[in-house]
Amino acid sequence: MGDYPSRSDNAFAGGTGVTGRHARSAGTGVSPSSYQEPPIGGGGALPQKARFSMESGFRGLSVAAGAMVLVIIVAIAVFLISKAIPAINADHENFLTFKTWFPNDAQPRFGILALGFGTVLTSVIALIMAVPVALGIALFLSHYAPKRLATPLGFAIDLLAAVPSVVFGLWGRDVFLEPVREFSGWLNHYFSWIPLFGGDGPFGRSILLGSIVLAIMVLPIVTSLSREVFQQTPGMNEEAALALGATKWEMIRTSVLPYGKPGVIAAVMLGLGRALGETIALALTLGAVFSISPNIIQNGGNSIAANIANAFGEANATGRGALIASGLVLFAITLVVNIAARAIIHRRREFRDSAA
Amino acid sequence: MSLLNQTDADVVMTPQNIRTKKLPVAVNLLVAVVALGIGFALTYGASIGTWVLAVVIALILYLVGIAVVAGRIEGRRAARNRMWQALIYAACVLAIIPLASVVWTLISKGASRLDANFFNTSMNNISARDPNGGAYHAIIGTLEQVGIAALLAIPLGVLGAIYLVEYGKGKFANTVRFFVDVMTGIPSIVAGLFVLSFWVLIVSPWFNDGEPRFSGFAASLALTVLMLPTIVRSTEEMLRLVPGPLREGAYALGVPQWKTITKVVLPTALPGIVTGVMLAIARAAGETAPVLLVAGGAAAINFDPFNGNQQSLSLFVYQQAGDASRYAPARAWTAALTLVAIVLILTIAAKMLARRNKLTR
Repeated sequence: MGDYPSRSDNAFAGGTGVTGRHARSAGTGVSPSSYQEPPIGGGGALPQKARFSMESGFRGLSVAAGAMVLVIIVAIAVFLISKAIPAINADHENFLTFKTWFPNDAQPRFGILALGFGTVLTSVIALIMAVPVALGIALFLSHYAPKRLATPLGFAIDLLAAVPSVVFGLWGRDVFLEPVREFSGWLNHYFSWIPLFGGDGPFGRSILLGSIVLAIMVLPIVTSLSREVFQQTPGMNEEAALALGATKWEMIRTSVLPYGKPGVIAAVMLGLGRALGETIALALTLGAVFSISPNIIQNGGNSIAANIANAFGEANATGRGALIASGLVLFAITLVVNIAARAIIHRRREFRDSAA
Repeated sequence: MSLLNQTDADVVMTPQNIRTKKLPVAVNLLVAVVALGIGFALTYGASIGTWVLAVVIALILYLVGIAVVAGRIEGRRAARNRMWQALIYAACVLAIIPLASVVWTLISKGASRLDANFFNTSMNNISARDPNGGAYHAIIGTLEQVGIAALLAIPLGVLGAIYLVEYGKGKFANTVRFFVDVMTGIPSIVAGLFVLSFWVLIVSPWFNDGEPRFSGFAASLALTVLMLPTIVRSTEEMLRLVPGPLREGAYALGVPQWKTITKVVLPTALPGIVTGVMLAIARAAGETAPVLLVAGGAAAINFDPFNGNQQSLSLFVYQQAGDASRYAPARAWTAALTLVAIVLILTIAAKMLARRNKLTR
């Protein structure tokens, strides 16, 4: 066994054969701990590779569980399509361009256009309102508030993200409807020359109410995600900006915001995904009217998800198929939004790993 | 005459002028008060709106005023700094108002029916004129549905995460990881439609003489679809935090990999996994849409999740909100308060557990 280097020299190398004794094959010269056991043969200390061992069984189970995710995603698409196609074939109008929803008639006539428009419009307005506020709170929590205030406030925001949507919907309908109605009347009184605020009532159960409720629901999600990103800004970057004489806002603009930009975009996209798929809050607050109009304060508005919740009770077989078809469209939209958001996050993750 | 010889009597360095000038707090307050005053005077003087408009006008005036005043005293950059700071604080206040209103309404309106009767009776034989009626059946439904969903989703989710962390390498694992992320964003109503078209319309007729049948179990399936990605994600993150030397120590002692995972890795990560699971359960308990589509809702108590319509707490809130009875809103709010209490207790317990978790600190 020649001259082996001393153990401490090689201790961190991680190679085998650190000392002479370890260099021997396992099992040789090792006696069993008690003489009741059979002697261990050469290499016997290593587990034999069995064909059906616990190891391969456990491995197979976990692989199956991982594959289950893919199976579920594919199954969602397959089953929705299988139920949607008969209904779309029975449709007497173009599913993509027709505006109203009469799938239960003897001659089913329904289309996704007004619903899709309402879905996108409410979500976009909600995000326009929620994102600046959410970013403001996130910056406040990460850079302005004293730690004693930021920790409980951040905790409260996280809790609000857990409040079920039906509660926000109920609040929007029972409490927030009146202020929004007054506000809509005020907007209509002074700004009716803008198409958004035109019309002559009744106001209240409108896209405006739905979008504000959505905005309040999306707010905690976007806030907590972007707060995490802002907090991860390297202290060095911030200190460098401050050392160059930047004011606090300039420091945020030049170091925090650029660093957090991909994360914020991803947070906004996730919020958009959440807003697009929101069902109950919109079912309780929107006026459920099938129309495409730029007016956001008159009673009306509808969304794909809210329509599913509203119309499901009276739906017959074709009606269910039609609702499933609209759900398929929603699934496709949210899938695209989510994949885009995840792609941004993944790119960012690589960027951070290579930078670190 | 050179510049060096030029003397200016006024420029003497003193502790006062060597520092940059700061805007006194009193001036800041003064601007705020003046802005508020003008805002209210303008609004009520011309009677163009309520106090909300007055506050909005005051905020705008304050921003302009602070920009001008601070710009004079401190310079343009400092003025911009103050403007943004004011905007960020305003955003915070703006967001707190509706959220506080939600909490306040929940407590004040929810307390009206918070009595023993509410938790002991169902809605069976409760007519529109009956002020009684409760959510017993809904609470039973929620507990059963979420419980079954947890039984299905926890093993599946933890095993999936084990695959991703311990075994998964290469393209397939990356695909799974990506689609777990994507699955997190699937709308709950789509999960409900999936179970509707798969379980209720295709599978359940086999057990029910060819008739599709709603059931609590179908709701559990939909909730499983919603919980699974959340559990996989949180468990995966926790498993990654388990130190490598722990695994290597086990391998060095000749422990096979599956035993290392079950005896070393999982116990170490357990508190974090439990936190993630509790958060997923809390989220699932609040879901309304899938339950509406596949469990159908019921007025009577139904203990059997595999047989017939079942109610859930969130669906109860939704149905009472749409009910014409004048006693329905009180029931809806009390049920909402109960639901939020359940969800928040779970969430807070999970966060407390996360704080005591040694891995994440």
